[in-house]
Amino acid sequence: MNYLWGGMILVGVVYAAMTGNLGAVTDQALASAKEAVSLCLTMTGAMAFWVGLMKIAEKGGMVNRAASAMGPILRFLFPSVPENSTAGRYMATNMVSNFLGLGWAATPAGISAMKELKRLQKMSNQATDAMCDFLIINISSLQLIPVNIIAYRSQYGAVSPAAIVGPAIIATSISTLAAVIFIKLRQAFGRVEK
Amino acid sequence: MNLILYLSEAVIPILVLLIVGNGLMHRQHVYEDFLEGAKSGIRTAVEIMPTLIGLMAAVGILRASGFLDFISGWLGKVMAATGFPTELIPVAVVKMFSSSAATGLLLDIYKTHGADSMLGRAASVMLSSTETIFYTMSVYFMSVKVKKTRYTLPGALFATTAGIVASVFLVWKT
Repeated sequence: MNYLWGGMILVGVVYAAMTGNLGAVTDQALASAKEAVSLCLTMTGAMAFWVGLMKIAEKGGMVNRAASAMGPILRFLFPSVPENSTAGRYMATNMVSNFLGLGWAATPAGISAMKELKRLQKMSNQATDAMCDFLIINISSLQLIPVNIIAYRSQYGAVSPAAIVGPAIIATSISTLAAVIFIKLRQAFGRVEK
Repeated sequence: MNLILYLSEAVIPILVLLIVGNGLMHRQHVYEDFLEGAKSGIRTAVEIMPTLIGLMAAVGILRASGFLDFISGWLGKVMAATGFPTELIPVAVVKMFSSSAATGLLLDIYKTHGADSMLGRAASVMLSSTETIFYTMSVYFMSVKVKKTRYTLPGALFATTAGIVASVFLVWKT
């Protein structure tokens, strides 16, 4: 992460110096930082609301039921995560929310899942197999209906805004399938975690 | 189409109703439970704020420096040989960093080429089947203070590339 972030800054500044965009860089860096804070404030509300609801669902046993329905999938994808663990429940919630396109519900559950996964391991600063696999699946983003895109399309006068749903489902399935193949191959042939 | 939009609008309210209704049926202290969860939600949101600031500033720098355009141009030359539409390269590259910036580019494509053009449709499918790799990785890993991300990036890039190729292929073949 340090190299990734550092690299982004270094490359950005050096390239800007070469192309004479340094002024724009300063403005943009500050504008983006400000944008991050307002995004975070917006997110705080959504996050508090959603995690609050999740707590109700959790105590009412709904999360457990959803997670056990997802159980076989979780066991297949992430064999290193213990069955019926809190981590597994959050992972299931994250995946279901992503699938339904509830991005604002997916992120809190995903972050909670990462925290639980971290508690399962001893190493402090290295990602576990489960973390890597979980994120790869998450980033491959299996989504049922791309609501935002449909809305933009209708706004820009598409004849049939939802016409992209079919190809989108196939494309998103292919990317998730690629992710599954990747993590399964890695689990089969990868080095054993130290 | 209207049904789909209606359903996606209704999903969240129905979910809220189910959760609270189920809680009441189980005689839970729903409001207290809610407050307990909300508290930890706020804590998480505040904890990832520095991560977000650092990340978005870095993405902003990268974008303002023109480096992303440079990469797109370079990739475009390489990909032109394979018949991949060059107009879509910036969308694919930017989407890896920032969803809102990619949406901006998508709307540009709608304006110039039309929402129903091949490019418009391919870009739509592409954005719906890919995720902001660097943003997601940073937020998730930073929230647990993980520094070594091991094979996450190659795996994520592999899945995303598959999605991008599939999007273009699907739209061009149909």
